[in-house]
Amino acid sequence: MENQKPIVHRKDLHWWEQFYIPQIINGMRITLSQVFRPKFTRQYPEEKWNPPASFRGRPVLVEQNGVERCVACGLCSRVCPALAIDVQASETELLKERYPVRFEINMLRCIFCGFCEEVCPEEAIVMSKEFELVFRFQEDAIFGKDKLLISADKLKDRLEYLRKNR
Amino acid sequence: MVKITIDEKQFEVENNLTIIQAARQNGIHIPHFCWHPKLSVSGNCRVCLVEVEKMPKLVIACATQVTDGMIIQTNSGRVVKARNAVLEFILINHPLDCPICDEAGECKLQDYAYKYSVGESRFEFDKVRKPKRVELGPNVMLDTERCIMCSRCIRFCDEIVNKPQLVFTQRGDHVELTTFQGQKLDNDYSMNVIDLCPVGALTSKDFRFKARVWDMSATDSVCVGCSRGCNTKMWVRNNEILRLTPRFNSSVNQYWMCDHGRLNSFKNVNAANRVNAPMFRKDGMLIDVGWDEAMARATSELKSFKKNEIAAFGSAHSTNEDNYLLAKLMNHMGVHRIDFVPHIEDAKQDSLLIKADKTPNSTGARLVGIKSDTDEYSYRAIIDDIRNGKIKALYVLDDDIAVVPEIAEVLPKLEFLVIHASNENQTMKYADVVFASSTYAEKHGTFTNFEGRVQKNKPAVSTLEHDRVLDGMPLSRLDRFGAHNDRWTKGIKRDTRASWRIINSIAAILGAKWKYNKCEDVFNEIASTNSSFYGLTYENIGVTGAMIQKSQEQVTVRS
Repeated sequence: MENQKPIVHRKDLHWWEQFYIPQIINGMRITLSQVFRPKFTRQYPEEKWNPPASFRGRPVLVEQNGVERCVACGLCSRVCPALAIDVQASETELLKERYPVRFEINMLRCIFCGFCEEVCPEEAIVMSKEFELVFRFQEDAIFGKDKLLISADKLKDRLEYLRKNR
Repeated sequence: MVKITIDEKQFEVENNLTIIQAARQNGIHIPHFCWHPKLSVSGNCRVCLVEVEKMPKLVIACATQVTDGMIIQTNSGRVVKARNAVLEFILINHPLDCPICDEAGECKLQDYAYKYSVGESRFEFDKVRKPKRVELGPNVMLDTERCIMCSRCIRFCDEIVNKPQLVFTQRGDHVELTTFQGQKLDNDYSMNVIDLCPVGALTSKDFRFKARVWDMSATDSVCVGCSRGCNTKMWVRNNEILRLTPRFNSSVNQYWMCDHGRLNSFKNVNAANRVNAPMFRKDGMLIDVGWDEAMARATSELKSFKKNEIAAFGSAHSTNEDNYLLAKLMNHMGVHRIDFVPHIEDAKQDSLLIKADKTPNSTGARLVGIKSDTDEYSYRAIIDDIRNGKIKALYVLDDDIAVVPEIAEVLPKLEFLVIHASNENQTMKYADVVFASSTYAEKHGTFTNFEGRVQKNKPAVSTLEHDRVLDGMPLSRLDRFGAHNDRWTKGIKRDTRASWRIINSIAAILGAKWKYNKCEDVFNEIASTNSSFYGLTYENIGVTGAMIQKSQEQVTVRS
């Protein structure tokens, strides 16, 4: 039996360790000391979390003065590695000339990488703090302009963060 | 011939060439905005600067003739520096409009700025503001700010169309492109200035903001607006044609195409009135049926007529293959009354591109057998015989023959009318069986233009017949990566078939033993049996087309 592994004998416990009681007391001491420390467990979902400005939640379109900032240039759609974004441009009388007549993000495709936000020349698409996304049907996961437009006041944190870290 | 050296490589070129022409012939690209191979030299953009040995300053390659022993540097330190300076200069007043500019992605200024400029500007002042949404004509929009004053559009109208309608006004950085007082840019070729414009100053009204160029696929196609057969590119996104642009072919259309062809020869493909399924008439109404049902009805009814009671109209709108198989089918059935209806508009033609014959393939249709040997069998004789009841059944290939009033008048007299139709049309009102046929944008095939040039046409829009990937059709980024649950892959796929395929199936039911799997097989049979097409194969037609054997058959357009 050449291949048989040699039998390794584990070192026997010391008599003090075999005695157990001191080990248990030591364990209880650690437990008790933790009981009186401040708690950091969050009772989610009862207790909500407000993420920091650097957090990348679902991408949203910035609405300013009642219209989207977006000019439908399609760069977000082009840069999106997951091809989640679909934009259809059209003409508007406003100074910006173009606006998205359809803007859809497929949240099943989105990987929250933030490239769309980074490439946007108008600071029109930003990552929000929203991360709770639940759908019952695939169709529900395609967000149109109705769900994507968020007014600029609600996105102050992120817009300031972007300006600081440009 | 003179010997010149460009970038340490020696070439022998003709002596009346300019440096940019000589370089281009030998595959060396010298950047240029205002120079165009078919326009006069203007020399105002200054981006084609090159260094010529023994010349004190850099010279512009577009306006300097080659001389013997010339030594030219296109990428020396001085040239690179000067080119960067020129681009910085041009960009001083060029707005940063790329995100809202339709030209973005195919813009010469974008490309050159990326390739030849270091990408920094020292200009800190306000740019000159000019009008941004100017309607130059019915089809062209102008953004005056974006114009870099290359004057290509002005020279095009002046030299190619011979209708000087555009002009520069003001001086210095206030130069503005405008039309002459009281005029509009409304010539028949006005939209070519959109392709000519190296930046996004001139854009198409029709295509305005429809799509970004990188989201579309481009398929080589042939315009079917008239018998010239201009070479085109068909731009498709989500299985919908969004625009046509001309494709260079030195023997047909050069770099140009007319506005009519560009705007009107693809709209019917996307139209809402497409025939999406075969139909037949039941209780006076046309109802959608399956292909087998429609074919069974057509063949059984056709069989009930005598040979001399049937006639057929081919179509100059259809390909050589469609017409050839129709002629072959009629031959198989023993029917000899066959012709096509010409569509000639003598008032609408010119000496540049537009021909009076408004169909792409009347030459081809005639050559492959859609013609009568004597006047007795001409289309007028067929109409007369329908009127006096001698002809009772008619088979019509893709052509709305009822637009001709004298035909519309006699069609109700027919006992049985089979048509191939891609869109709802006048003739359908009288039809008993309608086969949903593919348009030229959805099938392979060849057209023979007015001078006998056979040109290939490829499908750009997919029907249920083909699959973009498996059939080797050009793919856009979105086509390549789309999944079943993406909205942008849900473009309409119609249940239409190429006319030659429909005829092939009918022939099979009528007992003919033909073996055609693809369009190529049909064309190669035409080439091997028809002396006019001798020597041609589907492959050797190539992308620019090939001429038929003219001596074999006189090519004339009958009016």
